[in-house]
Amino acid sequence: MDPKTLRYAPTHEWAHLEGDICTVGITKFAVDQLTDVVYVELPEIGDHVFSGESFGEIESVKAVSDIYAPVNGEVSAINEKLMDEPTGIADDPYGTGWLVKIKVEPGSTLDHLMTLEKYEKQIASEGH
Amino acid sequence: MGMHTPLFDWHAARGARLVDFAGWDMPVQYTSIVEEHATVRKEAGLFDISHMGRLSFGGPDALALVEQVFTNNAATLKDFQVRYGLICNDHGGIRDDVLVYRWPYGYAMVVNASNRAKIVGWLEEHKGSRNVQIVDQTTMTCMVAVQGPKALAMCRGMTAVDLEKLPYYFAAATQYHGKNCVVSRTGYTGEDGLEFMVGTAQAVELWEDLLGRGGKPCGLGARDTLRLEAAMPLYGHELNEDIDPLQAGLSWAVKLDKGEFIGRAALLRLKEDKLRRQRVGLELAGKRIGREGAGLLHEGREIGKVTSGTFSPTLSTSLAMAYIDPAFTAPGSACQVDIRGKTEPARVVQLPFYRRPKT
Repeated sequence: MDPKTLRYAPTHEWAHLEGDICTVGITKFAVDQLTDVVYVELPEIGDHVFSGESFGEIESVKAVSDIYAPVNGEVSAINEKLMDEPTGIADDPYGTGWLVKIKVEPGSTLDHLMTLEKYEKQIASEGH
Repeated sequence: MGMHTPLFDWHAARGARLVDFAGWDMPVQYTSIVEEHATVRKEAGLFDISHMGRLSFGGPDALALVEQVFTNNAATLKDFQVRYGLICNDHGGIRDDVLVYRWPYGYAMVVNASNRAKIVGWLEEHKGSRNVQIVDQTTMTCMVAVQGPKALAMCRGMTAVDLEKLPYYFAAATQYHGKNCVVSRTGYTGEDGLEFMVGTAQAVELWEDLLGRGGKPCGLGARDTLRLEAAMPLYGHELNEDIDPLQAGLSWAVKLDKGEFIGRAALLRLKEDKLRRQRVGLELAGKRIGREGAGLLHEGREIGKVTSGTFSPTLSTSLAMAYIDPAFTAPGSACQVDIRGKTEPARVVQLPFYRRPKT
C-alpha cells in the first residue's frame, strides 16, 4: 500500500478502505518504536470491533502496546502469518504486515482519520 | 535531564534510544535489542556501564569495614581477586549486590547505580572510628564491559598485562595507553568477557579502540535479556530490602561462618524458615511475556509473582524469574501466569536458562 493513500489514527494505525473492507496495520513509525516484536494478538474473525477501542496487542521485548480499531465493524480476516512470524510486521508494515480486515457499514468513510500530512505533523511534534 | 556518562555524546550522536536509568540517561538500544543480544552471544558487544558505582577503600581498617557489610568472605580474597556478595540490612534483607576487589594496597567495590548513594551512606554510618578512607570514584571514571566469545581475543594487546591470561573473577591493575586502568574478567551476560575501568579522559579513546577492534555497541535492553537468560538477579526485581539472599538462591555468596557481619543473625534464623517463597525460573508455554508483577496461579490461588520476564532471543522461549511458594519450586512444577487477565501455562525449570558452551 502507498502510505500517501492511507488514513491514520493518532494511535499509529493506518487504514485503507476498498468497498466495505477496511484493511488495518500499524505505521512504520510505530514499528520503529517497538523494534523486537515477539508476539501479536489479533481478534477472531467475526469479532465486532469499535472505533477507538483496543482490539489486540503487539508485544515487543520491552513492552506491550494495544492496537486500536480505527473504524467500527466486523473482523473479516486476520493476518495469520503474523502469529508465527510476528517480525513480518516490521518487514513490510504497509503491505504484507497488515493486521486485520474489517467489514464496515455501507457508506462508511475514513474522514475521521488523519491524512498522511497530518499524521507526519503529529509524529514530528512527538519529538522523534 | 539525568546524569551523563563520559560516553553520552557518543550514544546520542549514534542515535541510541536513551532512557532514564537510576538517574542517568543511558542507551537502551542502538539498533534492536534482539540483534544486540545475538552479537553478545556470538561475537562481542560493548556496554557503557559507567553509571555503576565504583568505590575504593584505603587505610588499615578497610578490610574490617568491608567484612562488616559484605555477606561473602573478603578476608580470604587473594590480591586482585574479585568476589560477588550481598550487603544486607539487619533483617537479612538485601541492600545491594556488589563485587568486591582486593588490591595489594586496599579494596574496591562496584555497586548498582541505583544504590550508590544508599551504600555510600551505609558505609559512612558503619565506619565508626575506623581508619579507612572511602572514595566514590564513579564520576572520575568510565567503565566499559566487553562481553562475548570473541571478547578476549579482541582485546589482545590493549593493556600492558596479557588479558588472555587473566583468570575468571580476577582483575589486573595495569596501563592503557600510558594511564592507569583496571581490567577484570567479570560480567553480567553469561558470556566470557572483560570490564575496563579508566579515567574519564580516556573514555572515548577506549570506546573507539574497542569499536575499531570489532566490538558492537549494546544497550541496557540487551543487557537485561542477556542477564535474564543467565539467571542473574537484578536489584529492584529479584533483590530488594525485603528479600534475603537465601531465598534468592544466593546462599553460595553468604558465608555465615566467616564471622560477624550485618544481617548474619537474621540469616541464621532465616536458614531454618522453610515457608518463604523461593526464586525459580519459569518457561511459559506461549510467546506472551510474563512481566514483573504478574501473578502465578495454581487452581485459582496466587502462589507467587514474576520478578523479571522476557522473550529469550537465544532460546526462542518466553522466560521469567519469579518467587514461588516452596511447594512449587521443584523443576517441572506447573502453574499459570496471569498476563493482563489471561492465564498462560508455565513450568518451573532449572536455572540458569542458558549456560555458555564450554570451550
